[in-house]
Amino acid sequence: MKVLVGVKRAIDYNVRIQLKSDGSGVVHDGVKHSMNPFDEIAVEQAMQWQEAGTADEIVAVTIGGVAALEQLRSALAFGCDRGIHIKVDEDVQPLTAARAFKELVEKEKPDVFLMGKQAIDDDNNQTGQMTSALLEWPQATFASKIELGDGTAKVTREVDSGLETIEVDLPAVITVDLRLNEPRYLKLPNIMKAKKKPVDEMSLDDLGVERAKNLTTKQTSPPPEREAGIKVESAEELVAKLKDKGLL
Amino acid sequence: MSKVLIVADHFQGKLQGSTGRTVACAKELNPESIDVLVLSNDSGDLAAAAAKLDGVSKVLTADRAENEHPMAAIFAPQIAAAAEAGSYSHVLGPNTTFGKDLMPRVAAKLGVLMITDIMAVHGDYEFDRPIYAGNAVITVEAPSDQILVGSVRCASYSAVEEGGDDAAVEAIELSAEIPTHTRFVGVQSGSSDRPDLQSAPKVVSGGRGVGSEENFKVIYSFADKIGAAVGASRAAVDSGFVPNDMQVGQTGKIIAPELYMCFGISGAIQHLAGIKDAGTIVAVNKDEEAPIFEVADYGLVGDLFKVLPELEEAVSK
Ligand SMILES: Cc1cc2nc3c(=O)[nH]c(=O)nc-3n(C[C@H](O)[C@H](O)[C@H](O)COP(=O)(O)OP(=O)(O)OC[C@H]3O[C@@H](n4cnc5c(N)ncnc54)[C@H](O)[C@@H]3O)c2cc1C
Ligand SMILES: Nc1ncnc2c1ncn2[C@@H]1O[C@H](COP(=O)(O)O)[C@@H](O)[C@H]1O
Repeated sequence: MKVLVGVKRAIDYNVRIQLKSDGSGVVHDGVKHSMNPFDEIAVEQAMQWQEAGTADEIVAVTIGGVAALEQLRSALAFGCDRGIHIKVDEDVQPLTAARAFKELVEKEKPDVFLMGKQAIDDDNNQTGQMTSALLEWPQATFASKIELGDGTAKVTREVDSGLETIEVDLPAVITVDLRLNEPRYLKLPNIMKAKKKPVDEMSLDDLGVERAKNLTTKQTSPPPEREAGIKVESAEELVAKLKDKGLL
Repeated sequence: MSKVLIVADHFQGKLQGSTGRTVACAKELNPESIDVLVLSNDSGDLAAAAAKLDGVSKVLTADRAENEHPMAAIFAPQIAAAAEAGSYSHVLGPNTTFGKDLMPRVAAKLGVLMITDIMAVHGDYEFDRPIYAGNAVITVEAPSDQILVGSVRCASYSAVEEGGDDAAVEAIELSAEIPTHTRFVGVQSGSSDRPDLQSAPKVVSGGRGVGSEENFKVIYSFADKIGAAVGASRAAVDSGFVPNDMQVGQTGKIIAPELYMCFGISGAIQHLAGIKDAGTIVAVNKDEEAPIFEVADYGLVGDLFKVLPELEEAVSK
């Protein structure tokens, strides 16, 4: 089985983001970036298939600027066989990303395309669904368990009502949720070895991608601030305060 | 003037409150009409419930056996067909897991971009949405020469009223090809008699500090005492104390209760993302430095196992 994994570079989840004072966006310079945490889970799933002998080739793909190579290399250090860097210096929004992924899938012909359920920068939660729609493939989003069958995958999905299980024919796009697995730690020797693994670089034009219309961001603002309230000394005082406000 | 199509969210034969919240958002567009599309194998009661929502012009149904379980791959081509046939300017769904799974597939089928988590409407094509777990809000403008597909951040809207005149219900034919590559197997839901986490006015949550599944009964007990729904942090779910459908936060449920009381939760940004719109936040944590106190309206430093019984007692007085 051949597996393609989407890997996006994003500000590390531990960073408290700062906004530029002129409202033009989020500060990226000098801020720690990492692989989107959901994508690490997707890579870990692919590795587990590789170790079980289920997957014979794992290809990691990123769409991003020069810096995105760092996260692509991390995916190779985890154990992906090769990388594809769709290099851009423009803002690529989900529909355009999905169009690029569709073109790539038609060249690479994977059996499973793993992605994160959402990228924690824009929190869009769109790319996997859009990619599978364009390919007319099945989609199994928010996966917390994947069981491969003969040309099928049985996927347990984390939904608002609990856990839903669906079966999809392969090839399919599967987007992963947090509880699918716990990604391993990167080992230094693997990071060194990853430097020798092949990375193909290409542009959106090489792939023949027609850009979709974009959303234009007019303003980036801080969210409404919540002010820290007061400390109470006892359960009784707390209940009295809540009763005063008519909350209990 | 805009013409809005809303995709009804339903589960096990019940129209979800998220549908009424999506209608509330659509009303801010001051549209010419708001139609609700109910996809089901047996839409009778669902359509009747949708018809009662204030502001709805028409309810459309397209019953077919394949629509028994809501699945994106099966619903999306039908919604895209309905959107085009009815010349809608906007197609909206809720940002519940149903809508998150479905709406991007609808957008891609229509060949248009999508706006996730609409939290405010400034115009037909201008909206606010959160990014970075709600740590920033962007005002975005979408192209006005194509259908706008969006999901509505339910915590930002209260459901519209029910009652008044019922909207008309109309069965339509949709010419869409339904794939057979996706099959429903089952759903396991931690159903309880407690209020629904996404709409309850009071929510009591527990985190890693609760320590075990067994210990969680102190949380349930207090929640039952005050008639609250029960939520949890990711750490509590990951540790197996409670099922996944109780997770509150960036990747769980985003809620807006009048009262949110959390016990043994540190207040990570990903958790706070789920409670930013709560009316009053109460935190009980034994660590006075816990970041949750930076957003709590009322904080109590103490051991939750000592505080909870005291709270129960004080409430009874
Ligand atoms: C991509 C991503 C998405 C995430 N999404 C979510 C999400 O949706 N929701 C979410 O909640 N988290 C999410 N997280 C995880 C988040 O970062 C935190 O790890 C998590 O919220 C911590 O849960 P906690 O507060 O229960 O545990 P901890 O941070 O371990 O805090 C436990 C707290 O309990 C207190 N405590 C311990 N014992 C007692 C006692 N006896 N009495 C009183 N207090 C006590 C401690 O002082 C401590 O503050 C996400 C993380 C990532 C990377
Ligand atoms: N620029 C990108 N490069 C690689 N993968 C991406 C990119 N954008 C999105 N993805 C994949 O799609 C998932 C969902 O992203 P999003 O729709 O932006 O929330 C991510 O977790 C990635 O797996």
